[in-house]
Amino acid sequence: MSRPALCILIVLGLVAGPGLADGFLTPLGSIAADQRTHLIRVTAITMIAVAPVLIGVPWLLWRYRRGRKGPYRPHFEFSVPLEFVMWGVPTLIIIVLGYWLWKATIQLDPSDPRGPDPLQVQVVGLDWKWLFLYPREHVASVGTLVIPVDKPVQLQLTTDTVMQSFMVSALAGQIYAMPGMVTRLGMRADRTGTATGENTQFNGEGFADQKVQVAVLSPKDWQDWMDAARAGPVLDAQAYARLARRGNLADARKTLGIADGPLRLRLGDDGLFRHIVQRYHQGQGVSAAQQPGAPGYRPQGEGS
Amino acid sequence: MSPWFGRLNWWVTPFSDAIANPNTNNLVAAGAAALVVVGALFTLYFLTRRHLWGRLWHDWLTTADHKKIGIMYVVLALVMMARAVIEGVIMRGQQAAVLHGGFLSADHFGELFSTHGTIMIFFVAMPLIIGLINIAVPLQIGARDVAFPVMNQVSLGLTTAGAALVMVSLVIGKFSTGGWTAYPPYTEAVFNPGVGPDYWIWAVVISGFGSMLSGINFAVTIYKLRAPGMSYMRMPLFTWTALCTAIMLIYAMPPVTVSSLMLALDRNLGFHFFTNDLGGNMMNYANIFWMFGHPEVYILVLPAYGVWSEVASTFTAKTLYGYTSLVIATMAIAVISYTVWLHHFFTMGQGNSVNIAFGIATMVIAVPTGVKVYDWMATLWRGRIRMTVPMVYLTGFFILFVIGGLSGMMLANPTIDYQVHNTLFLVAHFHNVLIPGVLFGMLAGIHYWFPKVFGFRLEERLGLWTAWLWIGGFCLTFLPLYVLGLLGMPRRMPSFSDPAYAPWVLIAGFGALVLLIAMIMLFVTLWVSARHRDRLAVPLGDPWDGRSLEWAIPAPAPEWNFAVIPRITAREAFAVEKARGDPYTRPTAYQDITLPKNTALGASICMAATLMGFALVWHIWWLAALGLGLIPGALIVRAFVRETERVIPAAEVARAHDAWLDAIARAAGVTRDAETETANRGLAAPDE
Repeated sequence: MSRPALCILIVLGLVAGPGLADGFLTPLGSIAADQRTHLIRVTAITMIAVAPVLIGVPWLLWRYRRGRKGPYRPHFEFSVPLEFVMWGVPTLIIIVLGYWLWKATIQLDPSDPRGPDPLQVQVVGLDWKWLFLYPREHVASVGTLVIPVDKPVQLQLTTDTVMQSFMVSALAGQIYAMPGMVTRLGMRADRTGTATGENTQFNGEGFADQKVQVAVLSPKDWQDWMDAARAGPVLDAQAYARLARRGNLADARKTLGIADGPLRLRLGDDGLFRHIVQRYHQGQGVSAAQQPGAPGYRPQGEGS
Repeated sequence: MSPWFGRLNWWVTPFSDAIANPNTNNLVAAGAAALVVVGALFTLYFLTRRHLWGRLWHDWLTTADHKKIGIMYVVLALVMMARAVIEGVIMRGQQAAVLHGGFLSADHFGELFSTHGTIMIFFVAMPLIIGLINIAVPLQIGARDVAFPVMNQVSLGLTTAGAALVMVSLVIGKFSTGGWTAYPPYTEAVFNPGVGPDYWIWAVVISGFGSMLSGINFAVTIYKLRAPGMSYMRMPLFTWTALCTAIMLIYAMPPVTVSSLMLALDRNLGFHFFTNDLGGNMMNYANIFWMFGHPEVYILVLPAYGVWSEVASTFTAKTLYGYTSLVIATMAIAVISYTVWLHHFFTMGQGNSVNIAFGIATMVIAVPTGVKVYDWMATLWRGRIRMTVPMVYLTGFFILFVIGGLSGMMLANPTIDYQVHNTLFLVAHFHNVLIPGVLFGMLAGIHYWFPKVFGFRLEERLGLWTAWLWIGGFCLTFLPLYVLGLLGMPRRMPSFSDPAYAPWVLIAGFGALVLLIAMIMLFVTLWVSARHRDRLAVPLGDPWDGRSLEWAIPAPAPEWNFAVIPRITAREAFAVEKARGDPYTRPTAYQDITLPKNTALGASICMAATLMGFALVWHIWWLAALGLGLIPGALIVRAFVRETERVIPAAEVARAHDAWLDAIARAAGVTRDAETETANRGLAAPDE
């Protein structure tokens, strides 16, 4: 790490204080760490072009202000060497940065599962909460994402409402989640701890509350968590239809009848995620009454 | 739904909400609506009381004079800016107060950021640049008016109609909460059945047509109406940037018009372009919208670059450094800006190769932009710099814009974008380029050209205060947002619970107040300067020792601009004449001048388009059809007008011009030492 880069990091650390704990500036995993390194690298290289302006402009304004009787060349309008520097240096910087951009983008590809046999987690964005399905474990959770440390994790994301963007800054950044489509986000935690996940794409009234607690647990703790979840209420198509209705975590808690503790469930329908994605591709319309994020949503079995 | 009034009824105003449920949120909304109503009523009263209707109609609303149309654009922009800045302050206030509960509902906050963004882009930045181009370009190229003066009026009418719809939404119904980009499916009828997204759609569609027509008008003006001898490479840089902006307006406005109309078809006629079901796909919307959206930011910033080129050389008393470089850089930016739009949605899940290609293209734009900044620095080198108001704005631009460029380089990297996309880091970045770039550029341009159209300078001291307040307010408001974004705070948050955000949000809230004071100071500067216009008058026309053609005519510029169309023999023609010692040569003969007659076409189309837009929002179909029909109707009626031009006799031109030349012959010029003093009547004396 270069010296200016280190300085930037220290300054950021000082100004942000404890608030850094959650973000990618104090990462929980290697992806976020690499993203931070890349940020510092880009900043440092770009400063080669920016610093001359920050230093040069005040100097020029001071040196050549009227009345100071500095040298005056009213017809100075072209200089070949200067042109080479002005076009050449930024071009070289862009070539270097372009190379790094290319490399980093491939290296940090969000659809890369970050290792063999990743833990599969299916993520469903709802208004205004996130639902996580662990199909192999037959577990589901709302508002909490638990992953084991040192294991590759592949999230598959969709929504059953408007477009959202799922971000866990300390682990991997964000990816859009869209109805009828599946996007992927790979992550891998290097140490245990907690982080915040959030929706960053405005989706109405409960947007600000749409947070996720992300817990990175030891393999044993994680297994215990999964076992406990399987003892919880069952999430099947009917329960999902009620859960999906507009509302925040407190509303979800009421719907699921879980008074306290994490909202964890036994996944009763392994095909739930596929069903959520597929139902927008049936060749027939999906009315407002069938769209969970819509104000006119009426889950089946309830009167209209 | 009533056949006569559509969705309209008595219970759609914020007043009825406030009566039904008088909480802080509803009272704020009702207060804002009351402000609009009282403002409109006061304006009507004032115009009636002072018997100004006739003058307003004859001198302004029906004129085809490019200078007056330009002024009306700027006035529209300032009125809309007053609203949008206040909205920004309220949003910052909400976030600053949020740990204590805040005072706005989430939906109201959503309306605020949606109108703030929509107004700032479409009804502040756009009218500012189009207004300034209108004022300056015909004067810079030695033309009597734009190529299509009546169409110019129509453009203004359509832009005003869009702005009117946004203002009406404050009083009748509610605006969209979908942000200035109005991403579906959130804005689809399934999720937002109300009138909000419709207000957004019709305001953007109607004003978009106006902007596209402006683009055509300016491009043709610059291609066809340059004075003899003014080859492309003799055009002032502002005209060059105006040309690029004009071409970009022609190609960039249609995508947003199309995507908005597709959304309207979805909402009103059951189409499925962007819906969740039946093959709709919101990714198409993002794609089309940003094909407009990214060129748009360069449409806005290029004219500001033009202003900097004029200001830098004028106030350093030097030839502009690197003219050819600047022209090439401007053209390069205009072209490359069409190849980068995908960087607005790196996080949509597409493959690496696409992201890499668009990421690198985005960074490539930094090369010509950097060259421009260095060229202006080289212009300062070995100059004689006068720290007038436009130079203070230029200083703020230099220092702050490169910081915006730096954050832009970060955002161009998909890898980093995954972390800071949709956060306040992004908000900080685009305000960082739009305020020091576009807004400072336009304010510098207003200060610079103000005497040319009004005949008097703006108060220097107040102007300096205003400029420093804008710069300070910007730093306090937007630099903390970078930190908040890196901490992961999403944009558009009506509330938050992380105490780590609090100090930064409080600083930004204080900064917003400074920006509010800066805006008030801007209006104070205009007001005080108008009061002291005799002391500030520069009738001889050249208050800044200018270099291009517009400074070689009286101030205010006569309606015919040039008594005799000049013959151009060099770049910076006026500076060359002054250096040679033969400016202000008396023409040997004058000719009659033909100018377009006043017409009510623009005002009629403005009314018709406003009615149509309002009716479409509220589903009052008969009124929508009527409004739509009135537009071609007005054009047909106009086609029957045989006498569209009036002639100003040569004798009248000669009288005015000779009187001005005589005044110059009698006057003593001032050196740049007295530039900002009363002695400056607009005749520049050589420095030594």
